[in-house]
Amino acid sequence: MAGKQKHTRVKNQLKMGELKVLGSWSSPYGLRVQWALGLKSVEYEYIDEDLLNKSEMLLKYNPVHKKIPVLVHNGKAIAESAVILEYIEETWPQQHPLLPKDPYERAMVRFWINFLDNKDKVAPFITFFIGVGEEHKKAVKEAKELLKLYEEQVLGEKKYFGGEEIGMLDLAMGWMAYFGAIEEIVDVKILDAETFPRLHAWIQNFRAHPVIKNNLPDHDRLLQNYTEKRQRFLAYSPHTENA
Amino acid sequence: MAVVKLFGAWTSPYCYRVIWALKLKGIPYEYIEEDLSNKSPLLLQYNPIHEKVPVLLHDGKPICESTVILRYIDEVWPQNPLLPADPHERAVALFWIKFADDKSPLISKLYRTDGEEQKAVAKECFEMLEVVEGHALIGGKKFFGGDEINMVDIAFCSFAHWLEYIEDFTGLKIVEPHKFPRLNSWIQNFKSVPVIKDNLLDTDKMSALLKCRREILLASKSS
Repeated sequence: MAGKQKHTRVKNQLKMGELKVLGSWSSPYGLRVQWALGLKSVEYEYIDEDLLNKSEMLLKYNPVHKKIPVLVHNGKAIAESAVILEYIEETWPQQHPLLPKDPYERAMVRFWINFLDNKDKVAPFITFFIGVGEEHKKAVKEAKELLKLYEEQVLGEKKYFGGEEIGMLDLAMGWMAYFGAIEEIVDVKILDAETFPRLHAWIQNFRAHPVIKNNLPDHDRLLQNYTEKRQRFLAYSPHTENA
Repeated sequence: MAVVKLFGAWTSPYCYRVIWALKLKGIPYEYIEEDLSNKSPLLLQYNPIHEKVPVLLHDGKPICESTVILRYIDEVWPQNPLLPADPHERAVALFWIKFADDKSPLISKLYRTDGEEQKAVAKECFEMLEVVEGHALIGGKKFFGGDEINMVDIAFCSFAHWLEYIEDFTGLKIVEPHKFPRLNSWIQNFKSVPVIKDNLLDTDKMSALLKCRREILLASKSS
């Protein structure tokens, strides 16, 4: 019995090994990975990347895309947040499972993560942030349609996208948890409590979870940093009146 | 036994991905050909979000998106696994499958464009192939899956057959053997795999269709 316990302990230590996460303070893709590890109580070393001055380490570990997040486990690198989340789930399956057991339900989670990560589905929210005039109006309309879909068809009556507990899809939807800062900067509210009561409730629940609460980008830093970013984009935009 | 149905279209590489997976695992299925210019009510019912093929119906439950379908098939029917057992190798495989998914639309863009736009797309295709040549096919393996094909090989099918159809059709040569030795080798190997070879579309029919589609596309652009 003692021998078996020792074997399990050594096995867990090996599994733990050396774990690094390369991320950036405000990236929802990087945060997904940090949240997943936090929920599973897995310790890791976090390395913050300056995306305007990428480190040698990032370029070495993700030579194809040169993007964060990257997970490095015992010297082996994995890139693409959705792929990293699946790896984390497989490597630490017992603690806080992030995927349902049923293959059909797992397929549904993968379908929706695929959907919301598609660049055509992200674009309206980006244009909401940096667009102006007609382009902006169109983005607001498209963004609201997507939010309606997420509210009615994906979240429905559930507390979380994952059901009673936070799951992989909640982590992928995590960008909504601090979208308020973007709305504040643009001075337009689209994710309001009246139009999207369920999403609004979800945001409150998600943000309140101890793991998430301790790992959200600082609101003031977001306001400052993203205001600067937006101003830079608007200055170079061909659509601004004073251009 | 639960019934498996596949809604597909004979021209779509994404549908062939699913067909090959089902064949490799010996899963019997009923195939329903969709006319994409006149989609059936059933297809619209089973894939209301995208209204696209392929859709797999298992025991009455629809699954959409070819990669999601492949992963489902691999989980429900574990014989002849299509992904590596080692977690890190699996992650690398999933990374390349996502790459293939993200970049495959570029290939069809080649025949949807002309002039300067087509040149730009061709350049982008070339750069994408350089990445595959330089990063995905290292190690001298016959296939992405090693000695046998796996989900990654299947995901890259657009880079094999469909790229060739489009090259033949447009006269653009992108996968030059001396520039892409590993990729060329993989393409020849992949095309020779019996299950792939025996389950392919009619190339003459494809050429005729591409010609017709391109004429329509270019006509609508100039109007």
